[in-house]
Amino acid sequence: MFAKQLSVFIENRQGRLGEVLNVLKDNGVNILSLSLADTTEYGLLRLIVSDPESGKERLAEAGFSSILSDVLIIEIPHTAGSLQGLLKSIETAGVNVEYMYGLSIEAERAYVVLKASDLQAAATAIEAYGVKTVTREQLSSM
Amino acid sequence: MIWSKEETLSRKEIEALQLSRLQETVKRVYEKVAPYRAKMDAAGVRPEDIKCLADLAKLPFVTKQDMRDNYPFGLFAVPKDDLVRIHASSGTTGKPTVVGYTENDLKMWTECVSRIACMGGATKKDVAQICFGYGMFTGALGLHYGLENIGAAIVPSSTGNSEKQIMYMKDFETTLLVATPSYALRLAEVARELGVDPKKDLKVKIGLVGSEMLTDAMRAEMHKCWGDEMLITSNYGMSELMGPGVSGECEYMDGMHINEDYFIPEIIDPVTGEVLPEGEKGELVITCIKKEGLPLIRYRTKDITRLTYAPCKCGRTFCRMENLSGRSDDMLKIRGVNVFPSQIEEVILGFDELGPHYEIVVERDGYLDKLTVRVELAHSTDSFAELERLAADVKGRLKTMLGVDAKVKLESPNTLQRFEGKAKRVKDLRSK
Repeated sequence: MFAKQLSVFIENRQGRLGEVLNVLKDNGVNILSLSLADTTEYGLLRLIVSDPESGKERLAEAGFSSILSDVLIIEIPHTAGSLQGLLKSIETAGVNVEYMYGLSIEAERAYVVLKASDLQAAATAIEAYGVKTVTREQLSSM
Repeated sequence: MIWSKEETLSRKEIEALQLSRLQETVKRVYEKVAPYRAKMDAAGVRPEDIKCLADLAKLPFVTKQDMRDNYPFGLFAVPKDDLVRIHASSGTTGKPTVVGYTENDLKMWTECVSRIACMGGATKKDVAQICFGYGMFTGALGLHYGLENIGAAIVPSSTGNSEKQIMYMKDFETTLLVATPSYALRLAEVARELGVDPKKDLKVKIGLVGSEMLTDAMRAEMHKCWGDEMLITSNYGMSELMGPGVSGECEYMDGMHINEDYFIPEIIDPVTGEVLPEGEKGELVITCIKKEGLPLIRYRTKDITRLTYAPCKCGRTFCRMENLSGRSDDMLKIRGVNVFPSQIEEVILGFDELGPHYEIVVERDGYLDKLTVRVELAHSTDSFAELERLAADVKGRLKTMLGVDAKVKLESPNTLQRFEGKAKRVKDLRSK
């Protein structure tokens, strides 16, 4: 039910983001989606990749500190209000959304990556609401 | 048990004894040691100016550099004929520092170490294994003569050949161990490798450790290896002053009693040289007041500690110095506060999220010193909240430990420089 997200710690220094992307490229790790957030000191690069485990290992060898964590990838209709409805169902369940970013948009459907305070409860709420989550296996064929 | 009645003299008696011995020593070195006479003349002070103990502060300091400049015997106050022993430091940086003893000096040394050994629980029943390197180093022979004087049976096993050390310990039923704290831990490790449990199979119940800083964490670690009932006391000294025996802990382990009838301690601000009041932390300065061969006056030990004259539960009246907390060579002055890299290291090692490497950067921002501690993140997280909490926790603990604000900079692993030899973890970018 959960997908793996690869989060990389990067200092705010010129070229650091490029170095991460180089490591992934050189090892054939494909990026499906990313979100980059930063403070004045450092940033967190959150990635959905084709092979998160090998991405983490290769990055560690290159001197980057990263972590794998569970997130939900949710399929919603590509229509106005579908995201709002999804969030409402999660909120109603008393779960707090920590962050969220888009994964891809197709003609009929859109996919979002979501991290919540209680991922299991969020997943249950989403299921009850009637939308699907994307499994790791499905993700690799996307 | 208290070895000598001198150890319980009243403060008044101690001070009277110190003053007469100080006056005698100053007069003697002024007459007999040319570099001292030159230093005192330059400072405009003469032996007759020393009228009370506070006048000690008028005398110039002596440093290790002075000993090197006068290598080998330039600071000695007796002719070479009167020496009966010569020791020297290893001298890793430059010429070794040479120390010489007359017959009386050796007697005094033996007396001082006997007191310290006695404070640490040694008796004539003990089998004392001395795991300090014998040779030019003063540690081994100093403890050797003191313990022998008490009547203990000495096993002069020196350092190295750890497996044989364990065999002696087992077969001779060693009860007292003399070693550095780190070698004591290593010996316990070797014992276990040989299938010998130091707690059950050995009879070592007393540890006299020295020549390295003994932190509480290190003592706790030693208890884990050697058993909780082992009495582990630290003792202090340095060859320039005599060797071990300057001070030592009693069974209450609340500071090391200084043999004040032979040594006068002072605490100074290492930057200004100003004498600090009782209880303040600073550099220990020692004046030898009963030595004949090499009576150093106001010797800067570079060791950081504080003194207390409060009476000790053991009944001894000699002042106590706290276990060392660093070396003044490494000290940083940040916004007027003394900061030691060892304190910062202690904080960083307390966080599992951080690697053991760090860098301390000091800059000047206008008139203010700015302290930044760069640390490596061992494990990342996917949450800013956690990173911020970690940085804030480190900052908070640094503030508690140091008393000054530090900026904490999280870095990726392997960002900071690695060192094969002595690590250089401080970058002081303030123009001096």
